[in-house]
Amino acid sequence: MLVVPARPDVAAKADESRLAAWGKSLRGHPLVGPALALLLLIIVFSFASDRFLTATNVSLVLQQTLVLGMLALGQTLIILTAGVDLALGAITVLATILAAKLAVGGVPEELALLLAVTLAITASTLNGWLVAKVRLPPFIVTLGAFTVLTAVSYLLSGSRSQTIPKGFLTLLGQGVSIGGVFVSWGIPTLLAAYALFAHILGNTAWGKHIYAVGDNPDAARVAGVRVERTLIGVYAVAGLLYGVGAWLSLGRIPSADPNAMANIALQSITAVVLGGTSFFGGRGKVLGTLIGALIVGVLRNGLTLAGIDSLFQDIITGILIVATVSLDQYSRRRST
Amino acid sequence: MSREIDMTSSPAIPAGTILAARALTKTYGAVEAMRGADFDLRQGEILAVVGDNGAGKSTLIKSLTGATVPDSGQIYIDGIPVRLTDPTQILGAGIGVVHQDLALSGELDLVSNLFLGREIRKPSFSGRVLRTLDRAAMANVAGEQLARLGLGNVSLTTPVRKLSGGQRQAVAIARGMAFGARVLVLDEPTAALGVRETAVVIDLIRRIRDNGVSVALISHNLPQVLEIADRIHIHRHGRRAAVVAPAETTLREVVGVMTGIDEIAA
Ligand SMILES: Nc1ncnc2c1ncn2[C@@H]1O[C@H](COP(=O)(O)OP(=O)(O)O)[C@@H](O)[C@H]1O
Ligand SMILES: [Mg+2]
Repeated sequence: MLVVPARPDVAAKADESRLAAWGKSLRGHPLVGPALALLLLIIVFSFASDRFLTATNVSLVLQQTLVLGMLALGQTLIILTAGVDLALGAITVLATILAAKLAVGGVPEELALLLAVTLAITASTLNGWLVAKVRLPPFIVTLGAFTVLTAVSYLLSGSRSQTIPKGFLTLLGQGVSIGGVFVSWGIPTLLAAYALFAHILGNTAWGKHIYAVGDNPDAARVAGVRVERTLIGVYAVAGLLYGVGAWLSLGRIPSADPNAMANIALQSITAVVLGGTSFFGGRGKVLGTLIGALIVGVLRNGLTLAGIDSLFQDIITGILIVATVSLDQYSRRRST
Repeated sequence: MSREIDMTSSPAIPAGTILAARALTKTYGAVEAMRGADFDLRQGEILAVVGDNGAGKSTLIKSLTGATVPDSGQIYIDGIPVRLTDPTQILGAGIGVVHQDLALSGELDLVSNLFLGREIRKPSFSGRVLRTLDRAAMANVAGEQLARLGLGNVSLTTPVRKLSGGQRQAVAIARGMAFGARVLVLDEPTAALGVRETAVVIDLIRRIRDNGVSVALISHNLPQVLEIADRIHIHRHGRRAAVVAPAETTLREVVGVMTGIDEIAA
């Protein structure tokens, strides 16, 4: 009987090439970088502070990330179309103020929420209309909307924050405790929203059209994609997400404050870009944004626990943004 | 040099003309991109369209395929006057087009590009309610289409920006050819390609013509045009200056008309 001797060199080579192929596909995968960065942060902070991985603190980070996560999802859709939304915080704050005012004034809370969400959708759709039909740059349109809506929020609220009683409007802040970690209904809400949009972007015609419009609107148009409708639809859907974001916000802190969310537009852009979505449109995944939002949340929380001044936190976050976009630019130039 | 065209732009469309235009005009601000442009593509031929940069060839092609609406003039499909205002209108008439620089969406893969704007949904619950696309069905059609064009080795799932220039152009042509096109309009398909890739694309165009598809090929490459075309439409200053037969024409004569040194009937 002929015995074929094992060839360790051949086997090793096969292993090596399989490993190389695996590594290559990993490196090619857009979510690996953000996921590794998040993991690294978690490891570093858990060494830097005993309190970081406690149940209370994990709950806190998750709760703090909810609103940002929801808004960053809308921001992702808009950035995918090669746009940007500076107004999302202003829209969300105005929605919370409207809902709170109506509810305190005696309107049923369900109706108050419905009207607030409708307001968010209307405001964002108007932005989309100006971008698609009037062909104004998204930066300018949403900067204008930010300015106007912030002023409206102050007018409507009399520059005072309005506390609301526990009820339907604060529903998403309630929840259950799992092993000491408090899980509000907001968490499954956020995860469901991300799952839904991962499906829409990956598996539906509308999703493909969003990428095509962001990548090359003229090519999309001659291919038969209704570019303007797609754009307006994206802003409208983002508005819906901001409306849900307002609901999440009332659940976390049962008050509507015109001073809230001043930085959230920039934070959401940071989350989107850290999550691997190209700031230049047409490329990216919503799952990356979820990781990006967690990075932003973990970074704030961890640096605070480590006793680092908030100004230094800003410096670190700013450097991170520029570094990530540089990487994006670099990989673009290499791959095309 | 034979000159077939009566320069008094007659609106009558000769029988056997599958796609035609008469007296198209289009201005962009002060630029007159088309100044009474005519066009005739006959059944089963390769018609080359040549002309200097800025002569208005792409504007003509965009008008013929609904990507641009001309200011005035008339377009005919099978001799019947039509008004094209939307790029999807020509699909029903079996006209496919590969625009210069506007062919594909780089981030989407081959299948998504081939079906962009005309996606197929799953027939099941998932397709009707969740609007899930039928990847398998689309990949099947795409695979067949590519095999028919002899392009079986192009990846269906990589973003097309990662393909080579020749592969991208082949995918764009496959897209133009999808869904039973009987007319294919190509705007400078080889302009960005190397010698070998150009040869592959030219071979592809010949094969498409041999399958009975009428081809309008806009090109800068005059030797190539003289070799492949059945007739040559020479464009100059926003209008058709002449139509010549390659067998009876030299390169020098074509250049003469293109540049206006040998002005026809003037
Ligand atoms: N969308 C447009 N806006 C403004 N000018 C245009 C546009 N498209 C074409 N032109 C101008 O019209 C003229 C003809 O262009 P084009 O049809 O692209 O010529 P060709 O394809 O023969 O090079 C050029 O002067 C060009 O600059
Ligand atoms: Mg051109």
